[in-house]
Amino acid sequence: MSAVMTSSMPHLPAVTVPRSALGSKGWTAVAAAVITVLVLAPVLNLLVPEGSALHLSDYAVALIGKIMCYAICALAMDLIWGYTGILSLGHGLFFALGGYGMGMYLMRQIGRDGSYHSDLPDFMVFLDWKTVPWHWTFSESFIAQMILVVLVPGLLAFIFGFFAFRSRIKGVYFSIITQAMTFAAMLLFFRNETGFGGNNGFTDFKRILGIPIAQPSTRMVLFVLTGMTLIGFYLMARWLVNTKFGRVLQAIRDAENRVMFCGYNPLAYKLAIWTLSAVMCAIAGALYVPQVGIINPSEMSAASGIEIAIWAAVGGRASLIGPIIGAFFVNGAKSWFTQAFPEFWLYFLGALFILVTLYLPDGIVGGVKKLLNKNAEVKA
Amino acid sequence: MSVTPLHAETKPAITSRAGRALSASLLTLSLTLALAFAVGPRDAHALTADEAYALSAGDNDARIATLQKLVAKGDPALPAFLDALAADTVKVAGNKAYIVYGDEVKDAATGAPAKLPDGAEDVVNNNRMSSEIEAALGAGKLLSKDVATRAEAIDSLSKAADESKLPLIDKALAAETDPKLKTLLKAVRAKAMLSSSDAGTRIAATKALAEDATPEARALLMERMADGSETDSAVKGSLQLALDKVNRKLAWGEYAGVLFTGISLGSILLLAALGLAITYGLMGVINMAHGELMMIGAYATFAVQNVFRNHFPGAFDWYIVLAVPASFLAAAAVGAVLERGVFRFLYGRPLETLLASWGVSLVLMQGVRSLFGAQNVQVENPAWMSGGSDILSNLTLPYNRLVIIAFAGVVLLAMTLLIAKTRMGLFVRSVTQNRPMASCMGVNTARVDTMAFSLGAGIAGLAGCALSQIGNVGPDLGQNYIVDSFMVVVLGGVGQIAGTVYAAMGLGLINKFLEGWAGAVLAKIMVLVIVVIFIQKRPQGLFAMKGRSAEA
Repeated sequence: MSAVMTSSMPHLPAVTVPRSALGSKGWTAVAAAVITVLVLAPVLNLLVPEGSALHLSDYAVALIGKIMCYAICALAMDLIWGYTGILSLGHGLFFALGGYGMGMYLMRQIGRDGSYHSDLPDFMVFLDWKTVPWHWTFSESFIAQMILVVLVPGLLAFIFGFFAFRSRIKGVYFSIITQAMTFAAMLLFFRNETGFGGNNGFTDFKRILGIPIAQPSTRMVLFVLTGMTLIGFYLMARWLVNTKFGRVLQAIRDAENRVMFCGYNPLAYKLAIWTLSAVMCAIAGALYVPQVGIINPSEMSAASGIEIAIWAAVGGRASLIGPIIGAFFVNGAKSWFTQAFPEFWLYFLGALFILVTLYLPDGIVGGVKKLLNKNAEVKA
Repeated sequence: MSVTPLHAETKPAITSRAGRALSASLLTLSLTLALAFAVGPRDAHALTADEAYALSAGDNDARIATLQKLVAKGDPALPAFLDALAADTVKVAGNKAYIVYGDEVKDAATGAPAKLPDGAEDVVNNNRMSSEIEAALGAGKLLSKDVATRAEAIDSLSKAADESKLPLIDKALAAETDPKLKTLLKAVRAKAMLSSSDAGTRIAATKALAEDATPEARALLMERMADGSETDSAVKGSLQLALDKVNRKLAWGEYAGVLFTGISLGSILLLAALGLAITYGLMGVINMAHGELMMIGAYATFAVQNVFRNHFPGAFDWYIVLAVPASFLAAAAVGAVLERGVFRFLYGRPLETLLASWGVSLVLMQGVRSLFGAQNVQVENPAWMSGGSDILSNLTLPYNRLVIIAFAGVVLLAMTLLIAKTRMGLFVRSVTQNRPMASCMGVNTARVDTMAFSLGAGIAGLAGCALSQIGNVGPDLGQNYIVDSFMVVVLGGVGQIAGTVYAAMGLGLINKFLEGWAGAVLAKIMVLVIVVIFIQKRPQGLFAMKGRSAEA
C-alpha cells in the first residue's frame, strides 16, 4: 500500500504550455456568456410576458443565481485543489463567513420592521441584549461590511494557511484539519452567545441599500452581479493559471519536493492561492445570502464543505470550465431530485461521489475530452 | 447534520426529582385524606372549637403559633383537621370552623353533623401556612413504622424546617433506625438549626454540616452565606470554615467524577478510533463512512434486541451477548463489500477515498432511513447495566459506562493480540510495510486487504454497539463521531495503535476538564483548536513513525 501511495495524482494533465489566456473560440464563448447574463436573462425575465414560452420564471432566476454562487465556490476549489493539489474541506466556512458578513448588513437594514419593532435585530431582542455587540460595530455601513466580507475570511485563511503550510502539513492531514476548523466554527456559530443568531442564523431580510430585496428588479440586479462576478473570476483564474505563478502551483501539485529542490519556497505560492480561493468563496457567500434570503451555521457543516469538492470533481478538476459545469450539473440534479424523488437524492449524490471517483477521475470535462480524442484518433 | 456534542449522550430521565416529590406528596395527601374521613370524626373530640377556629382564621403568625402549640401537645384529633385544612375543605363562620365535604358539613371541633351558616368564608392558606400544615402533618408520620411514609414525612418536613421543629426532629432522630433516613434527618436537623435565633445553635449546625459533607449540605451553607441573613460575625466565620471543609471533601468526588467521565469519553473515542486506526492508519483509506459503520453496528444491536424482545423475553437481559458479535459481523460484512467494490480501486489515492467514502456514507445513511425510518430508535439497557454504584456522596458511576470502559479495554487487547501474535496480523503488517515483497513471499495481498478492512469495519460496529447503550441510535449517529475519531487517529500518529490509545484518553480527559471550566460547546471548540495547533507543531502526531515507512 505504501508503495503506491507515493504517486499521488496520476490522472491530472501535465503542466500546459502557456498561450494567450483564451483562444478565439474561448473569447466568443465568454462574450456569449456575458450577453446571456447581461441582456438575455433580464429581458426574458422582466420584459417577456409571463405566459410566453420564452419567459424566464422568477424561480429559474433564483435557482440559476444560487447555482452561479456555487459555481464561484467550485472555481475557487478548483484553483486550490485541481491546480495546487490541496484539498480543502473548509471552504464551506469561508462561504458562510462571507454570507454572514452580508447577512449582518441585511439584518441591520431590516430596521424597525422586525417582529419586535426594535432597532436591534430580532434575535438580539430575544436574547435581551441592549446594544449591538462589538463585532457588529460596522454592520450599519454597506461599504465597511463589504470590506469585512473580504477581509475576515481572507485574514483567517491567511493565518491558518501560514501556520499549516509552514509546518508542511499536506494532503489528507490538511483536509482533516480544515474540516476540524470548520466544525469548531460551526459549533461556535450555533451558540446564541456568539451573536450570529444561533442555529436560526439570519433571515427575513427586507431591503438592501434601502431597496426592497424581494422585488424582481433587485433580484435581477443581484443575478447579473453574480453572473458577472463568476465570469470575471473565470477570466482571472484563466489568466492566473497561465502565468508563471500558476505554473509553479501546478508544479507544486505534481511534485512539491522537486519544486523545493529547484529553489522555490512553496509556502508563499500555496498561501497566496489559498487566501485568494478563500476570498472568492467569501464573495460567493455574500452574493448568495441576499438571493436565497437565509444564512445559518449548517452552511459550515462538513457536508457542505465536501459538496463543494464534489462539484469540482464531477465537472473535472484542473480545467477551469469543469467546476462550473459540475456545480450546475450537481445542483441542477439536486433541485430536480429533491422535488421529484426527495428520498432518492442522497442515493444519487452518494452514487455520484463513488462513480465519479472510480470511473471519471477527470470529471465530465475529462470524459468528454477523452471521447473527442478517441474520435479524432479513429478519423486520423 | 445535527450537532450533538459528544457528552450529550445520556438518556432522558423519566421524571425530574421535583416532579417525583410533588406527585409523592399529592399521593400521601389524598391517602391520608381518605383515611381521615374514614376515622377522623370519631376521634375529633380533643380539639376545642376555639382551637379549631384559631387554626383557621386570624393572621398567619397567630395561626402558626397555635399550630405549633397543638403539635407539641400531640393532640390526637389534629391530623384529621389538618388534612381538611390542607385540602381546602375548611370554612369559618362566626367563631367556628366547619369541614365541608360536598354536601356534608361537620363541626370541626366535635365532628358532629352541622349546618353551614350563611356567609361562611373559605379558609385560605398561603405558601408559608401550607408548608407549616404539611410539616405538622408529617410530624405524625415521622414516627410511622413504614419506611416510605417516614421518608415522605422527612421530605415534607425539610421544606419547612425551622427552630420550632427541632424537638420533633430530635425525637424522630432518636427513634430512627434506617441509616439512610437518619442522614436525611440529620440534614433536616442542621437546616433547622441553621435558622435558629441562637448563634451557638447556628455554629453547631455549621459544624454538623461540615461533618456531613454532601452536595446538599454545601447548597445549604452557600444559601445561608449568600442570602445575607447571617449577621453574627462568629457564625459567619464558622459558615465559611464549614463551607471550605465541605468543598475540600467534595472536591475529591468532583475530580474523580471528571476523571471518570473523561475516561468514559476516552474509551468511546478509543472504540470509535480503533477501527479507523486500521483502515486509515494501516491501509491509508480515509474512510468518511466509518461513522456509518458504527451506525450499522448500533442498528444491528437494535435488531438483536427486538428479536429477543419478541421471541425470548425471558433472556432479554442477555441480548447484548449476541448483539456484540452481530454488530461486528454486520459492519464487517458491509466493510468487506465496500473494500471489494470501491476502495480496492483507490489505494494510494487518499483524497479520492475521502470523496468516495463520503458518498458511501450518504448512501448508507439514506439506506438506514429507508429501512428503519428517520426517527431515532430505542435501544434499552439490559437490567444489569442500568443504574450505578454510589462511590461518594457526589459520585455515582453508571454501570453502562463502566461496562463500556471494560469493553474498550477488551477490544483493544484483542486487536493488539490479533495484529501482533496471529498469522493474519503478520500478513497485515507485512502488506502494510512492503506490499511487493509480501506478495513475492506468497501472501495473497488482495485478500489481506479485504480482511484488514473488514476487521476495521467490524471494530467500528462494536463501537456502535457500545454507543447504543448510552446514547440515541439514529441515522446520523456516525456523523457526530467522524471528526473526533479522525482527530484521535491523527493526533496519535498514523499507524500507531499505542498512540491512538493515548490520544483517545488524552482528548477525553482534556475535553471533560475543559468542560467543567468553560461549558460543553466551548470545551469542544478548544479541544479542536488544541488539536489543530498540536498538528502544526508535530505533523506526524504524538508517536511519529520512524525510518523508511515515515515518508509513505
